Amino acid sequence: MARTCLIVDDSRVVRKIARRILETNGFDVAEAPDGQQALESCRASMPDCVLLDWNMPVMDGISFLKHLRAEFGPDNPPVVFCTTENDMSHIEMAITCGAQEYIMKPFDEEILVSKFSQAGLL
Amino acid sequence: MSAVLTVNAFETFSQLLKARSGLVIGQDKTYLLETRLAAILRREKLPDLNALAERLRRPGADALTRDIVEAMTTNESFFFRDDKPFQHFRAQALPRLIAARGPGVGLRVWSAASSSGQEAYSLAMILTECKAALGTRKVDIVGTDIAREQLTRAKEGLYTQFEVQRGLPVQMLMRYFRKEEANWRIADSLRAMAQFREFNLLGDLRPLGMFDVVFCRNVLIYFDQDTKKRVLEAIAAQMTADGLLYLGGAETVLGITAKFAPVPGERGVYGLASTQRERRPLAVGAA
Ligand SMILES: C[S@@+](CC[C@H](N)C(=O)[O-])C[C@H]1O[C@@H](n2cnc3c(N)ncnc32)[C@H](O)[C@@H]1O
Repeated sequence: MARTCLIVDDSRVVRKIARRILETNGFDVAEAPDGQQALESCRASMPDCVLLDWNMPVMDGISFLKHLRAEFGPDNPPVVFCTTENDMSHIEMAITCGAQEYIMKPFDEEILVSKFSQAGLL
Repeated sequence: MSAVLTVNAFETFSQLLKARSGLVIGQDKTYLLETRLAAILRREKLPDLNALAERLRRPGADALTRDIVEAMTTNESFFFRDDKPFQHFRAQALPRLIAARGPGVGLRVWSAASSSGQEAYSLAMILTECKAALGTRKVDIVGTDIAREQLTRAKEGLYTQFEVQRGLPVQMLMRYFRKEEANWRIADSLRAMAQFREFNLLGDLRPLGMFDVVFCRNVLIYFDQDTKKRVLEAIAAQMTADGLLYLGGAETVLGITAKFAPVPGERGVYGLASTQRERRPLAVGAA
């Protein structure tokens, strides 16, 4: 059975690009435009991993991550941040809050695949 | 538009490149000359490659020749490239080499076509992580290349956002880099472990001294069989009895030289053939 990835990003374009790359690499993909909807999606059906934007309306990525870890435990599902935030303090906060990997936008297939491999997802 | 490359001019470039760097370019790769030498044409205010070839045949073209050789190199590299060889180095090679040497005896590691330094620094990260096992022994990492611009980059240890996301786990980024404006600078402690030197693999390698580990990855692919053999055998002569050689994914010693033997079960990892091990020092670094 194909593994599932939930793409959480308020940009339709980014979701579309990430979806294409992840599907090419064997994932079944679900999408959410903000952290709140992502959380509901996880409660309904837990994905095998999450690709997560930081800045989003309603609920941002880091709040989503904190809720997710508080509700479902420390490591699962693995979360890969994917954001334009590209300074060390954001990276450190993401990892401290329980993200497994961190992509700084802009990204391409090579970076996404490389980071998913680092996180043990590919 | 520029004139079609004459047979003569093509021969000038292909002979020069083969002699100076080992690079073999086929007739089908003339577009590589066009794209990679375009900047030199502009700088020299020459109309086309034929004129550049003409200039090379005149005396006093040494500096220009160097620039052409350098411009034709492929310098792509990334951290922990292919991962496997680095895992082997960390989990297999290093413990074995350490066990075989007395406590104070140092190790020497060579990144033999170091380009912009990612390979050497990946090894430096592993060695730093293995500090406890290494104890007080000194470890030298030597990176060599013919491309001066790449050597400068390697020494600076400054990488783009794109480069630090190819192959480098985020934990390593956090531990060993700091952000400088839009780029990422490797830690001073890693920079201090590695020295980078201009060195041609076709030249006399003996001044570099002996090595316990050699990474010679993704450079032999550009050479013809004779040059591969010559370089591999020259590298063999610089290795300790129990030294290890790591080649790139598309490279092998098989059918080229008998001086190396594959490490069983490991792709691209070689030790010296048993015939080569006699009369070799067991280790290189004194305390
Ligand atoms: C593709 S890079 C490989 C970098 C690194 N080893 C890796 O695997 O990622 C090849 C490098 O070999 C260098 N090179 C080519 N011919 C050489 C020669 N004859 N002697 C030394 N370096 C050479 C080039 O300048 C280039 O930086």
